[in-house]
Amino acid sequence: MENWEVVIGLEIHTQLATKSKIFSGAATAYGAAPNTQACAVDLGLPGVLPVLNQEAVRMAVTFGMAIEAHIAPYSVFARKNYFYPDLPKGYQISQMDLPIVGKGHLDIEVEGEIKRIGITRAHLEEDAGKSLHENFHGMSGIDLNRAGTPLLEIVSEPDMRSAKEAVAYMRKLHELVRYLGICDGNMQEGSFRCDANVSVRPKGQKEFGTRAEIKNINSFKFVEKAINHEIERQIELIESGGKVVQETRLYDSVKDETRSMRSKEEANDYRYFPDPDLLPVHISEEFKAQIKAQLPELPLVKKQRFKDVYGLDEESAVLLTSSRQLADYFEATVKASGCEAKLCANWINGELSAALNKAGLEITESPVDYPRLAGLLARISDNTISGKIAKQVFEEMWQHPVSADDVINAKGLKQISDTGAIEAIIDRIIANNMDQVEQYRSGKDKVFGFFVGQVMREMQGKANPAEVNKMLIAKLK
Amino acid sequence: MHNKTIIELAKGLRAGEFTSVELTQSFLNRIKQHETLNAYITVTEELALQAAKAADLKLANGDADLLTGIPIAQKDIFCTRGVKTSCGSKMLDNFVAPYNATVVKKLNDAGAVMLGKLNMDEFAMGSSNENSYYGAVKNPWDQAAVPGGSSGGSAAAVAARLAICVTGTDTGGSIRQPASHCGITGLKPTYGRVSRYGMIAYASSLDQGGPMARSAEDTAILLQAMAGFDPKDSTGVDCPAPNYLESLNKGLDGLTIGLPKEFFGDGLDSGVAAVVEAAVKEYQKLGATVKDISIPNLNLAIPAYYVIASAECSANLSRFDGVRFGYRCKDPVDLTDLYVRSRGEAFGKEVKRRILMGTYALSAGYYDAYYLKAQKVRRLITEDFKRVLQEVDVIMGPVAPSVAFAIGEKINNPIEMYLSDIYTIAINLAGLPAMSIPAGFVQDKPVGLHIIGNYFAEDRLLNIAHQYQKITGWHEKSPKGFE
Repeated sequence: MENWEVVIGLEIHTQLATKSKIFSGAATAYGAAPNTQACAVDLGLPGVLPVLNQEAVRMAVTFGMAIEAHIAPYSVFARKNYFYPDLPKGYQISQMDLPIVGKGHLDIEVEGEIKRIGITRAHLEEDAGKSLHENFHGMSGIDLNRAGTPLLEIVSEPDMRSAKEAVAYMRKLHELVRYLGICDGNMQEGSFRCDANVSVRPKGQKEFGTRAEIKNINSFKFVEKAINHEIERQIELIESGGKVVQETRLYDSVKDETRSMRSKEEANDYRYFPDPDLLPVHISEEFKAQIKAQLPELPLVKKQRFKDVYGLDEESAVLLTSSRQLADYFEATVKASGCEAKLCANWINGELSAALNKAGLEITESPVDYPRLAGLLARISDNTISGKIAKQVFEEMWQHPVSADDVINAKGLKQISDTGAIEAIIDRIIANNMDQVEQYRSGKDKVFGFFVGQVMREMQGKANPAEVNKMLIAKLK
Repeated sequence: MHNKTIIELAKGLRAGEFTSVELTQSFLNRIKQHETLNAYITVTEELALQAAKAADLKLANGDADLLTGIPIAQKDIFCTRGVKTSCGSKMLDNFVAPYNATVVKKLNDAGAVMLGKLNMDEFAMGSSNENSYYGAVKNPWDQAAVPGGSSGGSAAAVAARLAICVTGTDTGGSIRQPASHCGITGLKPTYGRVSRYGMIAYASSLDQGGPMARSAEDTAILLQAMAGFDPKDSTGVDCPAPNYLESLNKGLDGLTIGLPKEFFGDGLDSGVAAVVEAAVKEYQKLGATVKDISIPNLNLAIPAYYVIASAECSANLSRFDGVRFGYRCKDPVDLTDLYVRSRGEAFGKEVKRRILMGTYALSAGYYDAYYLKAQKVRRLITEDFKRVLQEVDVIMGPVAPSVAFAIGEKINNPIEMYLSDIYTIAINLAGLPAMSIPAGFVQDKPVGLHIIGNYFAEDRLLNIAHQYQKITGWHEKSPKGFE
């Protein structure tokens, strides 16, 4: 292994979040009954013609601007010809020689190091339908709902040198397309799919080794496993005197292995040629300027701003900027609560994130919206409740659509800062536990916690902990 | 009634001389009477009478168009909702379109009465209408001769008075050549002038629908109803259509006609040449001047065309795979068998030939030598025409090298068949509008005059055709037995 260098390039298909298909007016929503979202154009009926969805163009250009890519002033759709039952026209409309997005780059972070990964191109194309092989009595069913869904295929340079880097790149890209609002990133539904080109070469060798392409690896976990498995297979093969052949391989996540799908010789000749039904796409400087002006703040810039403006540490900032929605939630909470940003960050990354994870919800689906969380945090800030009590209040708010104040009032959770009441209890506890007092005074500091616990138990957790500490120290002297 | 023009019929309908139902019935009778011509694939008798009734109501209410109640017919390449749309192929013999082509919708909306669907070469590939699954169409002027193709049924129907006017499509001459062979008027508009939506594609960058009728005037009325931008066709041109009837009567003083020397070289029948020369002389009488010009790259048009058209058709016809619609072979054993036998059994020889040529031309290693080269040639030819059309207003010449040939004469010699389109094909490569108008006879068979204009100059072409038809009577001649 230490004598070999790994070379990886990824092709990622992102499904663009347009309402209608790339060349027809049919809806793109996932999960409809088979063939209910396929119109005459999607079915490839005789005589129909494609009309380009301008929203897909806008999204592709948005992506291009975000990776600082060259945007082609003139790009062309081409027909990729092959026969398959779920490909209604017998060709897929894609882009070949003149893609809409040219060379760009994306920075990734692996073990604290920043690395720039080149992006060769990104092109628009239509998705195919789905073949269904179960429950058709030995026949196959075709569902063309997905046919014509817009895809942006993003092709990287062979710049990655480990499965870890490949996963970091994939994650970064996943984060970016969601930030830009051009893809929902749902991997189960196939909105973000990855093919990996993997090869190995002896360290120091300039030429690339022969590569194998691993198809359709649809989770971050599987990408890492599939690539690592493929690396091992190739090294073993070469070291035992064999040769890697150029081929397409399929990853089997159950058996954790890749197996050959088709070799280079069996590969289709797609006979690409410009689609005569569609005009070339022209992108003007004005259009680009307009898109640039609408570009959201990108993750790395946002992270730095969160550190500078809110004084957050690296880890908190990374977590909060992992999605645009989460970052927005955080900023809205800070503003609405008037609390210290750190308190907000700790609660969002801590209690709230844990609850969301447990329930399998996205931040946008959170039962506790930011004004209610802000209401809770404000009560911690003004010492109405302690952090510990706040957790109880939060749980109540998670279950029921109530405000923090409602819970605090209804359950009488208001923190007691009345020194008289606290003093009386402290005096009683000291009087009843003279042994422990002796121990403390003889230098056993640990016993201090015992007293705090006693006081808090007596006061059902509602005593202001800072007040209790202060008074106990004075009394135990 | 069947010899009247659209304007005469429109007047008669409004004056109550006859109803659209009567007019329609008389055409349905004629179609039945002349069934042996084989001009129609499908006659939609019931729908036609329904449409005629609706037209009569519109006429009575006074909200009728010029075309309201006029019996027309559609080339069977245009999708018609609820009616079989075969494209002349066994592949689509069972295909009933679930939607209307834009052209069909426009003509329906105008109140025209569709009598049926017209015969054609399979998938519009052919120059003789012999490639139809439904059999050859006979030329009304000589029933042993072909009507031309691919809009052979369209041209024969107009010549035989089996419809007042019809639609056709022209990819390499498929409106003009049959119009010439059948002695009628046909116009191929500028590429992008008429929507291709719902018109089954042969070669998308060349296909263009257009009108066919007896006179330029009727052609103008039909074009008016067909033309216009359609958001469903991305290759359409968003430029409003002028009023074609209004411009018919302009004078021709100062018109400059270009005669390309390449149109009058070897291979042109001397009788056809004489007819064309005589027609040009008539134009000179009308005030036109003549200029000799050259289209130097014309000889490259046929090879370039057969590469580009075949390449496009090889992809366009992939959707006919036996999976979703159309012909499916019996008991396929697996997917490959389904594809191979469905396509093998349902496509005709010429269609297969072009799919094979196109597939070859696009294959890895051949693409540059064939497809790219052909596209370069196409640009050269286009530049030739653009240059010439700065010097002259229109170009004239023959439509076809000879009059209609005999059925069976060229069917086994594809190269000779392809060469019969030598004058028309270059116009499609350049995307220009062009017409064929009746200009005389050779051996009792009609000869068309080819008039080629600048982009979107359909109004000018119709004007030039109409002025000629005012002083000559060729377009009014009717074949024996069809008077």
